[in-house]
Amino acid sequence: MEAAQVNDEVNLISKTYRFFSFADYSVQVVVLGVIFMGMGCGLMGGFVVTRKLSLFGDTLSHAVLPGVAVGFLWSQSKNSISIIVGAMIAGFLGVFLISLLKKTTKVSLDSALGLVLSGFYALGICLLTRIQKMEFGNQSGIDRYLFGQITGLSNQDVWAMGISCILIVLITTIFYKELLVTGFDQGFARSIGLPVDLIQYFLWMLLAFSVITSLQVVGVLLVSALLIIPAATASIITQKMRSLLLWSALLGMVAGVIGSYLSFLGSQLPTGPLIALTSTLLFILVLFLHPENGLLFKGLRLRGKERKIALENTLKAVYQELEWNKFSRDTVRLGNLAKRRRISMPEMYQEAIHLVNKDFAFLLPVKDKTLPSENTLSLSPTGWSEACRIVRNHRLWELYLTNEVQYAADHVHEDAEKIEHVLGDETVRKIERILSNPRTDPHGKLIPSQQDIEQGYIDKMIAKNLP
Amino acid sequence: MSKTLLPLEVHDLTVSYNRKPVLYGIDLEIEEGGLIGIIGPNGAGKSTLIKTIMGIVPANGGWVKIFGQKGKNSYRRVGYVPQRESVDWDFPVSVLDVVLMGRYGHAGWLKRISKKDRIIAHECLEKVNMSLFADRQIGKLSGGQQQRVFLARALAQESDLYLMDEPFAGVDAVTENAIIELLRELKQKGKTLIIVHHDLSNAKEYFDQIILLNMRLIAYGDVDKTFNKDLLQKTYGGRLTVFTEIADQSAKNEHVEHESK
Repeated sequence: MEAAQVNDEVNLISKTYRFFSFADYSVQVVVLGVIFMGMGCGLMGGFVVTRKLSLFGDTLSHAVLPGVAVGFLWSQSKNSISIIVGAMIAGFLGVFLISLLKKTTKVSLDSALGLVLSGFYALGICLLTRIQKMEFGNQSGIDRYLFGQITGLSNQDVWAMGISCILIVLITTIFYKELLVTGFDQGFARSIGLPVDLIQYFLWMLLAFSVITSLQVVGVLLVSALLIIPAATASIITQKMRSLLLWSALLGMVAGVIGSYLSFLGSQLPTGPLIALTSTLLFILVLFLHPENGLLFKGLRLRGKERKIALENTLKAVYQELEWNKFSRDTVRLGNLAKRRRISMPEMYQEAIHLVNKDFAFLLPVKDKTLPSENTLSLSPTGWSEACRIVRNHRLWELYLTNEVQYAADHVHEDAEKIEHVLGDETVRKIERILSNPRTDPHGKLIPSQQDIEQGYIDKMIAKNLP
Repeated sequence: MSKTLLPLEVHDLTVSYNRKPVLYGIDLEIEEGGLIGIIGPNGAGKSTLIKTIMGIVPANGGWVKIFGQKGKNSYRRVGYVPQRESVDWDFPVSVLDVVLMGRYGHAGWLKRISKKDRIIAHECLEKVNMSLFADRQIGKLSGGQQQRVFLARALAQESDLYLMDEPFAGVDAVTENAIIELLRELKQKGKTLIIVHHDLSNAKEYFDQIILLNMRLIAYGDVDKTFNKDLLQKTYGGRLTVFTEIADQSAKNEHVEHESK
């Protein structure tokens, strides 16, 4: 039992070594193949996805299947050339039918795509099933066009992949600006005399090349994964066409290599699904972990903002509590704060600790641990100025809304609750100037001034006259 | 022979969408230098006229000459500002990329964008006050800002004739003023500008000449001769309803015929 496990481990290591050292000839062929494929499909995917034609790549990959079958029947063998030619013809027939349907009928583009996809695919499956029941020796392996299988990739296949990849790189580099302008603004492209339709057909032809040469590795069903997923992942990373294309090509290659490695480890598993799964996994990783656009960091930033708002609300509550005592004391009881904030005592205690950690306040604990609400809090100088700032923002905004925007006095509080956290210093000064440095808000309460903030307390004379 | 070539000459231009005539027998001869507004009700074919002149929509009959030339080569001397809705705003291009597209016609096939092209693009962005946004993805701008970028792209084309499709649609008052100032400046330099416009309230103030259009050319000429109640009523009013009804009818009949075959 144990020996078998050790054996497995040795096996895994040796296989991994065999794969990544590229010493093996068959491994070299495979890795070279998937690198070409990932790069070609990634680049084409970049163009397809940004043009919102993702379904188009899917349709094209399904439409070539009957061509593959006919090419196979024609040569009676797994001859690459005749299969490629057959697939090419079927692909173009599919594209032609789609544009014919769009031009002459009222069928919308997505319906036309779905129609051609399922029609051609059904025909392809029937032909393939027929072939598998026929009696020539090398018909085994035709089902690799459905699910893909990396082992047994011939030199000829890799050559085809390489040529298609180089063609794609060359043509998209040479005609980069034409492809860019036709993707963004077709009308304008026509207005500067570019043959927009011809460029479109050219793009489809390149797409067909990359789809057909990848068929053996990933299969008809999953070629579109190679086209769409790397480009979709890249579009999360960047919003510039050039880097989107580069990322998409890179992600395609990485997914290809990792997927075929996994397939190489367990020889029973089909390559296509493994590459597609790797690609999906990369997508999920980027979706969550991208520093700018990733969900995780977006979530953390949002949480940070929420915590800041909670903190500011607590400071405001402290100020209001001090104000309620007409600034005669400089400490407040946590129990009273919790009531103001409408939160439970344990939550309030957490908030207080938070304030202390930020150096906004000092906590003066009571000896009797059973009475947490009797703990008191006093503001530090920075805490005081933060508290004043928030209260000032709130009350200034209320006054601004009533005096300048003619809101009714009982409509302004809700709005100010949100705005107080986002008002910048500059805006505050502008509002003060407009209202000529007011001292009381619409409800008759004191608006803390810059002087109050700087000196760290409210003047006794003023405090005495508070309502 | 020494007579200078007209910027734009349109003869008996007829266009239809799905067998329904949109423009019918349009004749225009536009002289050099001026700010010309195309005015007419919704569905009058204003945008179609511009698109047909630019070769975006095919014509069913008649011809267009731009500076005496027909066909694709003539477009190089025209700057075009399409309607804002016609573009994919999610496409991964920056503001600068879009303005550089205005230089593509000059660069031609296979050639790369030169340093000079970049300098020109930056200058054009400066003119519309959008330099700060050069690296911004084009979709992350307000409507007025997007319109200004389109204008910068047209400026980068360094054309002699400009065709603009509703450049004032959905922009704020400040942008509208900035755009009209820029258009006037171009006019001072002897450029010819043809602008699709739908706001009658300021048309008289903006344009030197007006093209009144409602499927047919109703009138074309100096603003004080064309912008009057009679002609406007003729453009917007009911006199043409019979004409459009017949057009609708004929489109339907042909459709029925087509289906019965």
